[in-house]
Amino acid sequence: MTAAVAPKVESPTQAALRVEDLSLSYVVRGIPRPVLRGVTFEVKAGESYGLVGESGCGKSTTAYAAVRYLPRNAVITGGRILVDGDDITKMNAEQVRRFRMLHASMVYQDPGAALNPTTKVGPQVVEAFTVLGQSKRVAEENALKALRRVQIADPERVAQRYPHQLSGGMQQRVVIAIALASDPKLLVLDEPTTGLDATVEASVLDLVRTLQAETNAAVLLIAHNLGVIRTLCDRVGVMYAGKIVEEGDAATVFENPQHPYTLGLLRSLPRRGIRKSQRPLSTIPGNLPQIGTPLPTCVFVDRCPLADELCRTVEPPIVEVGQGQWTRCHHRDRLGQLVEPPPVAGHEAILGDLNLTLSNVSKTFHQSGHDVPALVKVSLDLHDGETLGLVGESGSGKSTLAKTILGIESPDAGADIELDEHALAAKSAGRPTADKRSMQMVFQNPDSALNRGWTGRQILARSVSKLTGLRGKAVSERVDKLAADLRLTQRHLDLKPRQLSGGLKQRLAIARAFAGDPRIVVADEPTSALDVSVQAAILNLLSELQLRSKTSYLLISHDLGVVRYLADRIAVMYLGRIMEVGSSETIFTGPNHPYTEALLSAVPNVDGEDRHRILLSGEIPSPANPPTGCVFNTRCPRVIRGLCEVTEPPLVEVEPGHLMSCHIPVDELRRLQTKAQREDLVLTTPPESIEAAAAQGVDPLP
Amino acid sequence: MVESIAPSPLPAPVTTPTTSTISERAQARRELLRVLFRRPSFLIGVAVILVWVLCAILGERITPYDPFNAFFKGHTPPSIDHLFGTDRLGRDVLSRVMVGSRDVLIVAPLAALLGVAVGTFLGLVMGYYRGFVDDVLSRVVEAFLALPVILVALLTLVVLGSSSVVVVFVVGLLFAPIVARTVRSAVLSERQLDYVTAAKLRGESGLFILSREIFPNVLGPTVVELTVRFGYAIFTVATLSFLGVGLQPPSPDWGLSVSQEYANMVAGIWWPTLFPALAIASTVIAVNLIADSLQSVLNE
Amino acid sequence: MARFIARRLLLALVTLWLLATIVFIITDVLPNDVGRTILGPFAPQETVDALNQRLGTNRPILVRYVDSLRGLVTLDFGDSFVSSKPVLPQIIGAVGRSAKLAGLALLITIPISIAAGLFAARRRDRVADRAIVLLGVTLSSIPEFVTATILVVVVGVGLRWLPVLATAPDSADPLTQIRYLLMPALAMAIVYFGYIARMTRAGTIEVLQSDYTRTALMKGLTIGQTMRRHVLRNALVPTVAVIAVQVGYLFGGIIAVEKIFNYNGMGSTMLFAAQHKDLPMLTAGVIVIGIVYMLATLIADLIMAWMNPRIRLEAER
Repeated sequence: MTAAVAPKVESPTQAALRVEDLSLSYVVRGIPRPVLRGVTFEVKAGESYGLVGESGCGKSTTAYAAVRYLPRNAVITGGRILVDGDDITKMNAEQVRRFRMLHASMVYQDPGAALNPTTKVGPQVVEAFTVLGQSKRVAEENALKALRRVQIADPERVAQRYPHQLSGGMQQRVVIAIALASDPKLLVLDEPTTGLDATVEASVLDLVRTLQAETNAAVLLIAHNLGVIRTLCDRVGVMYAGKIVEEGDAATVFENPQHPYTLGLLRSLPRRGIRKSQRPLSTIPGNLPQIGTPLPTCVFVDRCPLADELCRTVEPPIVEVGQGQWTRCHHRDRLGQLVEPPPVAGHEAILGDLNLTLSNVSKTFHQSGHDVPALVKVSLDLHDGETLGLVGESGSGKSTLAKTILGIESPDAGADIELDEHALAAKSAGRPTADKRSMQMVFQNPDSALNRGWTGRQILARSVSKLTGLRGKAVSERVDKLAADLRLTQRHLDLKPRQLSGGLKQRLAIARAFAGDPRIVVADEPTSALDVSVQAAILNLLSELQLRSKTSYLLISHDLGVVRYLADRIAVMYLGRIMEVGSSETIFTGPNHPYTEALLSAVPNVDGEDRHRILLSGEIPSPANPPTGCVFNTRCPRVIRGLCEVTEPPLVEVEPGHLMSCHIPVDELRRLQTKAQREDLVLTTPPESIEAAAAQGVDPLP
Repeated sequence: MVESIAPSPLPAPVTTPTTSTISERAQARRELLRVLFRRPSFLIGVAVILVWVLCAILGERITPYDPFNAFFKGHTPPSIDHLFGTDRLGRDVLSRVMVGSRDVLIVAPLAALLGVAVGTFLGLVMGYYRGFVDDVLSRVVEAFLALPVILVALLTLVVLGSSSVVVVFVVGLLFAPIVARTVRSAVLSERQLDYVTAAKLRGESGLFILSREIFPNVLGPTVVELTVRFGYAIFTVATLSFLGVGLQPPSPDWGLSVSQEYANMVAGIWWPTLFPALAIASTVIAVNLIADSLQSVLNE
Repeated sequence: MARFIARRLLLALVTLWLLATIVFIITDVLPNDVGRTILGPFAPQETVDALNQRLGTNRPILVRYVDSLRGLVTLDFGDSFVSSKPVLPQIIGAVGRSAKLAGLALLITIPISIAAGLFAARRRDRVADRAIVLLGVTLSSIPEFVTATILVVVVGVGLRWLPVLATAPDSADPLTQIRYLLMPALAMAIVYFGYIARMTRAGTIEVLQSDYTRTALMKGLTIGQTMRRHVLRNALVPTVAVIAVQVGYLFGGIIAVEKIFNYNGMGSTMLFAAQHKDLPMLTAGVIVIGIVYMLATLIADLIMAWMNPRIRLEAER
């Protein structure tokens, strides 16, 4: 199922945006460092073009160049950018200002930061209209209209708020409203949904799709998430080290990539339900090039498995593949040689006995008068060698659960956490070293998780000696072994974290967690901060380590693809409660709790959409103010009036190994969901529940 | 100009690993010094301080005349014989200015060191342990900040009598709260980072975390603060001498010299006042230039 | 908003109490013999004993402490040792005169410093910016009495543009009064230029790099419009904080300036009291200045809350 709707007007002869052989460098300490090395592409009016790539490829720079918002040390060393035939690289300051005012708009990554924190939202939207010359009254009317257009139900009230009082999704809608005010010819979106929760992201993406159909603007979308590109874009350009290496129709490129880099990238994603028991993920050897280093003729040659002397000396030509797709490669015909890695067996064999049980774990935070129940009566268990995936959006309590298990937070009275049949002390400080050894953590952000003043060796050695009690030579032997397991060289160990790349840092952090041979490792978003190609290597490593040492993982992630790949069982959380628990297979094939159903459909899929769409309106309620009854009832498309908002359903085993907390019987769910899938229905939260939400005090603007 | 406001989105480059493994810390320090020495403001600052330090150390050995006992004609303007002229008692102003550096360069650094030592300790404890201790101490710090340093120093020196020791203690202790505040906020931001949580998860004691994990990372701001405090200390000690509660005559201390001679300015005798004043100014400016350079370099 | 003010006032009272305690420790606990300290080493023992008796220094420490607190609450600071007249009215008068001087200094420095800071931030890392930063660092390093001295020599004596004494003749009109006060005010203004300009510059640079400045420019606003509507309000918040904190230093620096210009403000009064060991005067002076500082920070907090709604709203929770 392709994503974008056909453009409203017939393709005009002139492209709305045309970038011709653009080369750009940043001057750092007097030395120009090339970032863009001859980028050429065009976007027609009404068309959406996506630029995809990993960090440092230059996609953001291209986007900002298209609106002429570049830092002082950026120098365009060649090429030009034409918007409707006008070369914007030659404009002076006043012309650029008019260009931005009338013809170009941008939507950014962090909507909260994009709005002035000390001014109310309303005046900021009105300003987008008054700058066009409209009178205040007309502008105010248009502002309200614009807010309604972005699906904000109560624009007058929202206009009276300050940005920090709105949720992320709301903020992004406001930014989009501002961007569309001038009905621009060119709309640039830079990672517009990164950082938003999955269900919120889905509705924002849907909004963008609707608006794309209505407007005639040429849309340039920058994203590192291939699923988002697939959902929103007609065409895609894959960037690497400042060059576009492949371009074509989005669906075709993702189904049938014609460049080794694109192929490697797509294969390193956990796609199409691939699981660790099937095979490791493909990885791309080497590291992403640093910005500004001189590169040989083919920018990808240092990491390409197909590279040979020709690639190093002669610039690869543009090879047309048909249907508007082209690639820059000498050896397109040899792509078949790149095979997937062979399967690794043994994952089923390591599942063992129960080692960790949680019963009745609740955690309430007390903040200046409010009581925030972050966790409510959570019960879970974990077996040896098992990976339990914990999935949920913000406010779900998954991070709090991890911290409570590890003893960083202590649970409310009445909770029972047991490891191997003996109860664990509430706080980590009260636990014996043996328990501390058994449970360790890998954090999301390796820059924060590793002490920047220590070398890798010091970090590992300290963990080893503190957790195992070893001294002297035994410690360094163990450190060396850990480094080898995680493929860190001796040289890496002598460096400080800031001298290492993201992937290496995370490997060091994982090595540290394994210093004491833990039974359980809690991994909190271990790959979220990493690029796609690096992520695959880390997931493979985690899988390998698990096979070898039979460690259990508690894997917390918002990325369902990652969870599906690595996890044996999955628990879905919402507002501190467990909604559903089951094996990976069961969770992904159904039948599902309505929330899981919505979550699964919300994920933008790089393979196109294979699920019926569910759009949840409203925002995730604040944990401080949960709805009565089933906490999901305010947004549930399958809500049963009179039942769901009154009684909270218990978490029961509806099938062997499959628990759910829903009033609807599982067979009924199966029937409804199969029907929706077959008929490709689109479910939205029914309108009555918005009023019900208001009645229950679930104010999306707390 | 429109574009000049846009920030540079260049992310931190990943450096290629260096080959040397031994004395890595020494290498980092050398690199730091190399960058510092390229900055003209740093070099000027160091040069000026060195001049005064030399004067302080070598003292009478390099002065043209005896600063204490050589008396010439009073209030002679600057000339070849007396480059800075003579003061009201006929003593050579240049010699007195050169030797006057000694007192300031002993008292001020000691006061700064005392203030930073006490302040850093307080800041570490307040920032890491928080809770009741932090609340109480923050109130005390707040109270100290409400007191004008000069005035309280004045009061204390009146009560206890003026001596160098008292000056060091009073000024040092009055600086401690400000330092504590800076260190505390640095500790607060470190504390939130995950490596602290990781340390707790392996059972490290609070003392270990504070001293081995957190403190090395707040050392940077602390050193900058030390240099800034040094400047303020000179400022304050000079002002106290000027007001008459610091060092006493016949000390050639700069502040004291200014206070003894400034009344003569109206009569047109500017040199015994201006040169000690410029000496004070040059020292404080030099220290502040060094502090400013340190801060820019450490923030990169 | 009312809760915000109430909370701040409460904190201020606690701080005031701590202040009084610190002053008590210095004046009453530190010296071994208060009477001896006041009269000096040469006074005969009987006179010292008589003074101690009169001051009540032999009473237990807690009694003395409560007594001093009581004096604070009833605003009865006792009589001056020198003039034997009540201390408070004299201090109030002196504070008034110093306030005139400080007020003029702030009036001169605040607009110029903020303008310089904004100017420097707009031209970041270019010549004008580096010059302003260097100027700021230099000027804030020079003690006020040094600046005053140089001003007197150059402007007062050399160029004869302004009078050298700060106190105008009694019947002078406000304009003449300002003329007399101008040089001492300038001496103080110069030091604060350094701090305020640099803080403004830093705050503005941070805001100029923010995402919402980018949004404003992308809407098509001119630089001027962006600065006025979006940048200023956010950038000046830290500057307001700095200005308030400087009030404390103001009173420190003012002592030296008042001495040089022979101005009978708070500084001179305190200096005189110090030279004559007039403890009641000194105690009262320190506390009054402490109160002024706390008022200044309270007003600054209020201004900052008004400028930044986030502070205001969080305070209202």
